[in-house]
Amino acid sequence: MIKLDSKIPPGQIQEKWTNHKFNMKLVNPANKRKYDIIVVGTGLAGASAAASLAELGYNVTVLTYHDSPRRAHSIAAQGGVNAAKNYPNDGDSIYRLFYDTLKGGDYRSREANVYRLAEVSNNIIDQCVAQGVPFAREYGGHLDNRSFGGALVSRTFYSRSITGQQLLLGAYSALSRQVGLGKIKMFTRREMLEVVVVDGTARGVVARNLVTGEIENYSAHAVCLATGGYSRVFYLSTNAMYCNATAAWRAHKKGAVFANPCFTQIHPTCLPLHGDQQSKLTLMSESLRNDGRVWVPLKPGDKRKPKDIPERERDYILERKYPTYGNLAPRDISSRAAKEACDEGKGVGDTGQAVYLDFADSIKRLGKKVIDERYGNLFEMYELITAENPWEVPMRIYPAPHYTMGGIWVDYNLMSSIPGLFVLGEANFSDHGANRLGASALMQGLADGYFVIPYTIGDYLAGTKFGTVKNDNPEFKKEVDNINDLTKKLLSIKGKRTTDDIHRQLGRIMWNKVGMARNEKGLKDAIKEIRDLREEFWQNVNVPGSGEDLNISLEKAGRVADFLELGELMAVDGLDRNESCGGHFREEYQYEDGEAKRNDKKYAYVSAWEYKKAGDWKLIKESLNFEFLKPTVRSYK
Amino acid sequence: MSGNMNLTLKIWRQKNANAVGGFETFNVKNISLDSSFLEMLDILNEELELKGVEPVAFEHDCREGICGACSLVINGRPHGPLDKITTCQLHMRHFKDGDIIWIEPWRAKAFPVIKDLIVDRTSFDKIIQAGGFVSVDTGGVPDANAILISKESIETATDAAACIGCGACVAACKNASAMLFVSAKVSQFAVLPQGQPERYLRVEAMVKRMDELGFGSCTNTYACEAECPKGISIRNIARMNRDYFMSKIKSENVEM
Ligand SMILES: Cc1cc2nc3c(=O)[nH]c(=O)nc-3n(C[C@H](O)[C@H](O)[C@H](O)COP(=O)(O)OP(=O)(O)OC[C@H]3O[C@@H](n4cnc5c(N)ncnc54)[C@H](O)[C@@H]3O)c2cc1C
Ligand code: SF4
Ligand code: FES
Repeated sequence: MIKLDSKIPPGQIQEKWTNHKFNMKLVNPANKRKYDIIVVGTGLAGASAAASLAELGYNVTVLTYHDSPRRAHSIAAQGGVNAAKNYPNDGDSIYRLFYDTLKGGDYRSREANVYRLAEVSNNIIDQCVAQGVPFAREYGGHLDNRSFGGALVSRTFYSRSITGQQLLLGAYSALSRQVGLGKIKMFTRREMLEVVVVDGTARGVVARNLVTGEIENYSAHAVCLATGGYSRVFYLSTNAMYCNATAAWRAHKKGAVFANPCFTQIHPTCLPLHGDQQSKLTLMSESLRNDGRVWVPLKPGDKRKPKDIPERERDYILERKYPTYGNLAPRDISSRAAKEACDEGKGVGDTGQAVYLDFADSIKRLGKKVIDERYGNLFEMYELITAENPWEVPMRIYPAPHYTMGGIWVDYNLMSSIPGLFVLGEANFSDHGANRLGASALMQGLADGYFVIPYTIGDYLAGTKFGTVKNDNPEFKKEVDNINDLTKKLLSIKGKRTTDDIHRQLGRIMWNKVGMARNEKGLKDAIKEIRDLREEFWQNVNVPGSGEDLNISLEKAGRVADFLELGELMAVDGLDRNESCGGHFREEYQYEDGEAKRNDKKYAYVSAWEYKKAGDWKLIKESLNFEFLKPTVRSYK
Repeated sequence: MSGNMNLTLKIWRQKNANAVGGFETFNVKNISLDSSFLEMLDILNEELELKGVEPVAFEHDCREGICGACSLVINGRPHGPLDKITTCQLHMRHFKDGDIIWIEPWRAKAFPVIKDLIVDRTSFDKIIQAGGFVSVDTGGVPDANAILISKESIETATDAAACIGCGACVAACKNASAMLFVSAKVSQFAVLPQGQPERYLRVEAMVKRMDELGFGSCTNTYACEAECPKGISIRNIARMNRDYFMSKIKSENVEM
């Protein structure tokens, strides 16, 4: 049985990380080049980790399924990245960022991790600026900040609406520099399919060369997964089309326990669905809620044009329900408010599945120029997709799956339950509890990669005795054979449904029963439906082509096969958690006014699931102790 | 809602880098005006998969115009008929029922075809590896506000930094020149204080690598700027040329 130890250092919250850094073992600089480290993924977490580890002198091998490290999904983040700099002098501090993040996560994360995140946030901004990341500036040349959902201070650094792109290009250039210097070996178009475990520790990975189909072996002393989140389990989400859970899921099946799988985030400001040919949903940055007002008609079924609905017949839902935070209420709360309004028949647009986000007041107050500077490209993007002009008609928005707080369980050192396997960025579960605040995923990815893993991996390497493992070790051969069998099986089914068709059906089950609002019956139904669908997949999917070639059908099928298992675990986890917290809203557990009812007595734990076999998991509970911040009812009123 | 547009597609198919490619004709039906161009190709591909035929391989990911993965020449134009957008941002409302649409990969010596519509753009990464960075290790950097940057410089730098590395500029250029792409990165750092110490070394190294990789030379036809989805300006090329000239004056390896 797996035992979990979070390895949280003792001491005052402000001292934990400092003391821990001092107490960790160091690798002698001259010995660093004797250690090989594999980093899978080149998003913010992976690229920053790979670059920093190579700078320290380790031999780093990097894999990504993209054609270039710069395409990782982090590139799409729009809004910004948080840090506790307090440049605006509005009362921010490391402690406040810690407090906001822990509270935003509805007290379902570890204090020590969250504090460390807040603590290193400032270094991130310094680092990125030094790299030449063009953050927005004031006229005097100083950095500009904006505010974001779930916070009352302005602490978000941004670069127009392309912050993720600029941060990723910063990390990508640091990575590229190390590739040029020969310290990183970069392998693109490689999909990692298995972690190789030798004598209980992670010693490499096996990957498919997506161009030639060859299965390749990579051995190392430690492996870092920075492979992103699993929102694509919903089929329609704001994530890029290739985002998938395969790396994490295969590691899970090898012994890495999976934490809080049911904690997923539905983002309130996305473009509504246009029809059944839709392949993904587009996020409109949440920063829009700084100046846009969310409203619906007061009367259900009011089909008048927005400009014909007078002020007094409008319901500004967030301002009414949450006067303090108003349109800046956290994501889970805002998403649910939109869904409730639509369920009451007040939704707008053709489908009735949308609410307005209106800039008219802000344009009047601040002028067109200011709004254009802040959101110009978002307005353009909106018009491009919907053929409607947001300068004249309010935007229509609707919630969409966006981020997954759950992920591979890691200890304070970011190590999973497989020694030597570290997990970074969205792929781990570590810092956001049951709900992530805006602009804090970029912060976490870069914190993990630039400022945490370079220390903690050294401690592991220095403290471990390594036997020789080369890529001709029998464990590699075993994994290669397994993968070849799986490929053969997928190609031989030749059934009547496409992978996408089955994926869409899975997505509908997830959205309806494991989405924004869940209940016991729905979750139980979902488990059964997912199992049936999984069975159907293995009998009735059609994957054309061969395994010895670039084959997009085969790639997709492998990923969907994993989603069909992960989806079930999400429902199992949601069923176990008989409370509402953050993004996990159980209809049975709410206050009279519809607010989430958390149950700290029974559920102040991390649900860590150990894999037994498909459809069979064992729950391990890591209890959460709040020494410094006492959980309170999360109120944004 | 499915729509009512029926189209004929002439798509380049090529089994692999060494195979001879050619156009194949496909028909798609009931396409919605609100679908994107890539969603239209998804529909074709699902039909092919159901018949047990390998779908058309094309590159895409974010479908929001930011990752730079998508890359089709549509009716002779990189990223299709509209200005300043990527293929994934193109919607079917810009086509009409009965249209014949020609779809090809980027064509350039430095971007060999891998399969169907997918090309190999690693040459772009190689140019960045040669010098597209500020040499700074993690840690030990000054406070972010210790480096003051005027709003004007930051705007110019951000305009240049917005390049998504898609390669449309190369595909649009009759010489397959990568000047717009390279000049965007060179310019971002040339106008920022952080970029000054390596300013001339950088441009020299990147241009050298670009030439080695088989990209053509720039003959000022502006086709790149016209097809760039991010509106990267050819003024960046002028800036790069100036810096390159300076680098040659300053350089140790004079070979003029
Ligand atoms: C549209 C959008 C906007 C967002 N905006 C913001 C924002 O404004 N602020 C904020 O803080 N957060 C934002 N987020 C969230 C944030 O962008 C992500 O959580 C974060 O970028 C994830 O980074 P990552 O490095 O963990 O993973 P990713 O960037 O997803 O990178 C994953 C990497 O892993 C690789 N990979 C995955 N599986 C494999 C495999 N099997 N083999 C090989 N390689 C593999 C991929 O190729 C990729 O390189 C946004 C998210 C979305 C979807
Ligand atoms: S300069 Fe424009 S066309 Fe060329 S790679 Fe960059 S974004 Fe694409
Ligand atoms: S798919 Fe990302 S830019 Fe088109």
